[in-house]
Amino acid sequence: MRARFPFRTALAAACLLAGSAAALADEVSVAVAANFTAPMQKIAAQFEKDTGHKAVLSFGATGKFYAQIKNGAPFEVFLAADDETPARLEKEGGIVAGSRFTYAIGKLVLWSAKPAIVDGQGEVLKKGGFDHLSIANPKLAPYGAAAVETMKALGAYDALAPKLVQAENIGQAYQFAASGNALLGFVALAQVVDETGKLKGGSMWVVPPKLYSPIRQDAVILAKGQGKAAAAALVKYLQGDKARAVIRGYGYDL
Amino acid sequence: MTFSPDDWAAIRLTLELAATTTAVLLLLGTPVAWWLARTPSRLKAVVGAVVSLPLVLPPTVLGFYLLVLLGPNGVGGQLTQALGLGLLPFSFPGLVVASVLYSTPFVVQPLQQAFEAIGTRPLEAAATLRASPRDTFFTVVLPLARPGFVTATILGFAHTVGEFGVVLMIGGNIPEKTRVVSVQIYDHVEALEYAQAHWLAGGMVVFSFLVLLALYASKARRSYVG
Amino acid sequence: MILPPDGGAIRARFDIAYPGFALEADLTLPGHGITALFGRSGSGKTTLLRAIAGLERHPGAYLAVNGEVWQDDDQFLPTHRRPLGYVFQEASLFPHLTVRRNLEFGQKRALAGVGAAERRADLEQSAELLGIAPLLDRLPDRLSGGERQRAAIARALLTRPRLLLMDEPLAALDFQRKAEILPYLERLHDELEIPVLYVSHSPDEVARLADHLVLLQDGKVAASGPLRDTLARLDLPTAFADDAGVVVEGTAAEFDAAYHLLRLDFPGGSVHVAHGEVPPGRRLRFQVRARDVSLSLSAERDSSILNRLLATVTAVADADTPAHVLVRLDAGGTPLLARITRRSRDQLGLAPGKPVWVQIKAVALLA
Repeated sequence: MRARFPFRTALAAACLLAGSAAALADEVSVAVAANFTAPMQKIAAQFEKDTGHKAVLSFGATGKFYAQIKNGAPFEVFLAADDETPARLEKEGGIVAGSRFTYAIGKLVLWSAKPAIVDGQGEVLKKGGFDHLSIANPKLAPYGAAAVETMKALGAYDALAPKLVQAENIGQAYQFAASGNALLGFVALAQVVDETGKLKGGSMWVVPPKLYSPIRQDAVILAKGQGKAAAAALVKYLQGDKARAVIRGYGYDL
Repeated sequence: MTFSPDDWAAIRLTLELAATTTAVLLLLGTPVAWWLARTPSRLKAVVGAVVSLPLVLPPTVLGFYLLVLLGPNGVGGQLTQALGLGLLPFSFPGLVVASVLYSTPFVVQPLQQAFEAIGTRPLEAAATLRASPRDTFFTVVLPLARPGFVTATILGFAHTVGEFGVVLMIGGNIPEKTRVVSVQIYDHVEALEYAQAHWLAGGMVVFSFLVLLALYASKARRSYVG
Repeated sequence: MILPPDGGAIRARFDIAYPGFALEADLTLPGHGITALFGRSGSGKTTLLRAIAGLERHPGAYLAVNGEVWQDDDQFLPTHRRPLGYVFQEASLFPHLTVRRNLEFGQKRALAGVGAAERRADLEQSAELLGIAPLLDRLPDRLSGGERQRAAIARALLTRPRLLLMDEPLAALDFQRKAEILPYLERLHDELEIPVLYVSHSPDEVARLADHLVLLQDGKVAASGPLRDTLARLDLPTAFADDAGVVVEGTAAEFDAAYHLLRLDFPGGSVHVAHGEVPPGRRLRFQVRARDVSLSLSAERDSSILNRLLATVTAVADADTPAHVLVRLDAGGTPLLARITRRSRDQLGLAPGKPVWVQIKAVALLA
């Protein structure tokens, strides 16, 4: 018995340690707007390294997430592509009071997978010479609405309308353009630049912010995240310098 | 609240797409099914497997490959452009091509089974009565395989109506051109227009039920073959 | 039986081999009457018939019908271009067509140049001949097996074939249905002017219908010749076993109303059979089985046996059991077979050339 005692102590200590680690390092499940995929993956990795918490990410369309959240989806934090959906959830009492904040302001770009198609002023929209222009569904996606606003502001909407192909979300709008099926697409700046803000390929025109209403992307802690340390930690982390640097790097305003 | 004009456009487009697809499939699927039912070739297994692929592949896989293949950099896209047809994605003909591929097993398999059920004897009997193979096909095989054609038509049509993933991938959601009912329902749900979504979704449920009811009723009534 | 100068209207040479089965046949068959292809299942008779129809294609074969080559090294006439009729074991009527439309199916394709009125008359006549006139507007699934088979026969005949092939047309039918169809087949036999190849494994059908017999064994032709001569051969392996016997064609002669017996004359004598009256001169077939024939050296008038003929022993051979022998006899040109014990042979000292009295215990009238 005596000889065994130290071993038992060690075992008990190990259990205690493991238990406390589990209590400290929690999981948080996060619904993320598709346009924010790349930056969020990076931020989640740093978040886990820095806090020990693990962020489990789901990417998709904001409208779909809303429907799923209303119907009991187990998300604790929601990073929307707009500010209306979180506001709506707030009004309906679906979030932790006071948790809503703007984590990024999206930037719209006109992009082509081919180089030298898009000029620095977006003149290509008026010149024509293309069959399809892909946008996210303006009814569903803020980037799609911003794209329509932009075309209207340029007075080109009526001429362009027959060429529009609508994607389910901004991710698919990018896919249509990236596969070349649409020569041009209105996409999120974050989709076509790397983490240093450099264009990964093709040609683009960053649409001047005055042509469309700002795409405020709000985040909230959902009712299911109430009282969860990891959820609070993630929201706090998103507002910290490290995360903001990543977000800026991908071309979002703050 | 009932269907909006947009909903009606989607319904009309869906029916047009399903009808066109079914017609094309019957035309192309019949010789394929006949070959599959009759050939002793070892290629039969390969062709049969290819025909059945859409049964197991997620529609997104099919849609993704179609988008890539039919796009300007894809083999199919270069072919259609060379033929002066332009690019197929985001067009009604493109949806027809996708739907044909997607619904192929639902038409070919019932036809193949019907042809196999006929056996060789009626063909031999027809040959001894001076009917050429082509003659036999139209005057003996087709009438005997009629239940198979009914099944193939119903399943091909219904499956195309129910198609979603592929259309979403290559359709571009263009009103009156590629926005079919299933996509319209999806849009309604996404846009939180649940009442309208219910109308269309409920309609789909009723439609699908009626189609299958007709199918099973006609099977129960079938008097010959099988 | 009329044979064309080249010795036969049908020349068929097939050499077919696939794993587990081989068929070697080199046949010259008559241009008239019914030729039975007889043999056990697996002997190759159906394969031969299907090859003749062109339903199966075997290279290296030769087939000519009435001088017209259907297959040789250079050509292969597909089935639908061969002027033949084919009756399958199961009727194989088209289930989606009425009996009338079934009959018209081959007719209108084969006789495109014949006027509609003539075709209709043909059809009515065939339907009458085969007793299906009242069934013309029915679908096949509303017919009995026998009716279906008769419709199939009519359908084949209506193409006015130059060769009729029948693949065990009665095999799928029960005894009653067989009895229902056989008279129609016998009528065909009398009325048809084209050659018929009739596959069968039933000695009874062969005896009743065939003029010419081809005996197939294990894919080889064991015998081919006129029915009367072939059946009386002693060298044929025990294909018929207990049923061995001869078929004789006789002419109806006088009818004895008092005893209700009919006399039939044939070259070499006459027999009496229990039968109703038949117009004199009518040709009738009867069968004499070897086991129903006994032999005696004297006339034995004090026996109950009715039919007695004087004949000469032409040959003696082993029979199907070690106790028996088969004796071949000639009664004024008509061959007969007797199955007797070996001991009787020795007691009577039977040998070729010896005259004997033939006692026939039973005569089966076939038609």
